[in-house]
Amino acid sequence: MEVLAAVLITVVGAATPLLFAAVGELVVEKSGVLNLGVEGMMVLGAVGAFAVTLTTGSATIGILAGAAAGAAMALVFALLTLTLLANQVASGLALTIFGIGASALIGRSFVGMPVDRLPQLDLPGLSGLAIVGPLLFGHDALVYLSILSIPATIWFLERSRAGLVLRSIGENHQAAHALGHPVIMVRYLALLFGGAMAGLGGAYLSLAYTPMWAENMTAGRGWIALALVVFATWRPGRLLLGAYLFGGITVAQLHVQGFGFAIPAQFLSMLPYLATIAALVAISADGTRARLNAPASLGRIFHPET
Amino acid sequence: MMRVESGVRPRLEARIGTSRTMVYLTPVLAVILTMACGSILFAALGHHPPAVLSAFFIQPISSVYGLAELTVKATPLVLCAIGLSFGFRANVWNIGAEGQLTLGAIAGGGVALWAGDDAAAWVLPAMILAGLLGGAAWAAIPAFLKTRFNANEILTSLMLTYVAILLLSYLVHGPWKDPDGYSFPQSRMFADSALLPLLSTGTRLHLGAPITLFLALGAWWVMARMFIGFQIKVVGLTPAAAGLAGFSVKRLIWVTLLTGGALSGLAGLFEVAGPIGQLQPTISPGYGFTAIIVAFLGRLHPLGILVAGLFIALSYLGGETVQIQLGLPLAVSGVFQGMLLFFLLASDVLVRYRIRWDRAALPQEAG
Repeated sequence: MEVLAAVLITVVGAATPLLFAAVGELVVEKSGVLNLGVEGMMVLGAVGAFAVTLTTGSATIGILAGAAAGAAMALVFALLTLTLLANQVASGLALTIFGIGASALIGRSFVGMPVDRLPQLDLPGLSGLAIVGPLLFGHDALVYLSILSIPATIWFLERSRAGLVLRSIGENHQAAHALGHPVIMVRYLALLFGGAMAGLGGAYLSLAYTPMWAENMTAGRGWIALALVVFATWRPGRLLLGAYLFGGITVAQLHVQGFGFAIPAQFLSMLPYLATIAALVAISADGTRARLNAPASLGRIFHPET
Repeated sequence: MMRVESGVRPRLEARIGTSRTMVYLTPVLAVILTMACGSILFAALGHHPPAVLSAFFIQPISSVYGLAELTVKATPLVLCAIGLSFGFRANVWNIGAEGQLTLGAIAGGGVALWAGDDAAAWVLPAMILAGLLGGAAWAAIPAFLKTRFNANEILTSLMLTYVAILLLSYLVHGPWKDPDGYSFPQSRMFADSALLPLLSTGTRLHLGAPITLFLALGAWWVMARMFIGFQIKVVGLTPAAAGLAGFSVKRLIWVTLLTGGALSGLAGLFEVAGPIGQLQPTISPGYGFTAIIVAFLGRLHPLGILVAGLFIALSYLGGETVQIQLGLPLAVSGVFQGMLLFFLLASDVLVRYRIRWDRAALPQEAG
């Protein structure tokens, strides 16, 4: 049981960065914008959070810096695609290429330096409980924030007026514009939120999951988060399930390597990527369902005069 | 209450067609803006911008050796970018060129290792064929998943890139490792007959460069003169019209992905049979990803891609020069390339729209 609890705790660690990035991207896509730059925003968030934590000595300021770095990248994307009407796919790729380069440039003086892992929120009495204690109550603040973001997003999208406006813009931006909703402004805000969440995912990676900075340390997690949004058919609740499923796969391959099975490590490391492909195929195969769930204006350029 | 607009506001007005002038002007504008921003970045890092720009853009190509290196680096970029441009024109977003390049290197390199020191003349052509097929086979997976299961090709092709790099890592750490290689993760060196002939002594310029030039001209002919090129352009511009004309979108997905995969695979084979000469864990500094920028900078046109490939190759060489001379990290190349694509995408708005300066609600004076 002790071993199982330890394994489950590492699953939480692997799932949290995915969950942050995926929740942000889900809200962005619900507003009708496809931002493929999650990987770039995440990696810049990771280096930003790490560098600021190390210089200021405050993890809180570091986490905020990570979110700000992600949001700053999203602002560039918003300027390109919303104001200058550039192609969203190409702009997202540019964001990722730039983010990986810029993070390596910023982070070169921080490689190999140690930082204290984010502290666990110890609740007196609760986290001391056997098995359940560390599993439910032994995590850092970001883990709880990532999980709380799910009900908050569900409430925002389904229960609040602003969420309704955001969804209507994602389904039909011309109609929403005709009704007087500020299409561009809502999308700017959604993108900034998505960027900040991707930045938080990156901050979790460099401050808690592996408390250090290494070039390109996101290793495709931003792309897996994008796939998770499709996997969850744009529903926040399923995102939680998906992120923990993928966290589980990532951790499972590490443990199988640890037990010394005669499978080459490289094949096990392929598992999360292969699982992403399998999940995409499983969800997309039913074409009608995929089309019904995807926001109808996703990826389309909005220009009020055309 | 009267609303008074203060001053002039810019407004984007859609052009009836695309502006031919702007199509050629915006890449130049993007390059100038990138250099300006790069200068600010270098000044912020505490370097003298003219010295860095000279080290970045002029010194690398001020010798014959440098020009040959430029061509060596441009070769894989141009090959991958031409393949990608076919897909991008048809709205098929293959971004896994890096993985297809890796598989081409594995397949072609595998033939070279299997042939061993056998000096037969058929080895090199067989390697080239294997490289083309390896890359195409890797691209066939996203094509199949897209046409059969409607799975997004952006994500599947990208995920397969990670898988391909891990596969190469397994091979050079495991079954294909050089037994006499002091346990370094690399294969044996290829036999001389399995290497691309050099075109000029004292440089690394190899046969792959003229083949790439020939393929670029061929791609231009396919796009401009052949029916399949026409179909690709129609599907990209107006999918509905393509449907009415009876063009099979699925067939175009297959054609563009297989072409892109084969050309990227060829690029990978050229790298291992050219400058590298063996298989090792890293065979490309991200050529397959940078090729995306090359494709856009070259306006998705084969001849434009040739020019863009040379320019981006210069950014790699320049990155190496400033790393040696000024101690700046190699990542500067990536920052430059990313900025270039930002500015290109931003200035592209001028191709499809014109800026109107509205003097709304301001009294017009009679001249």
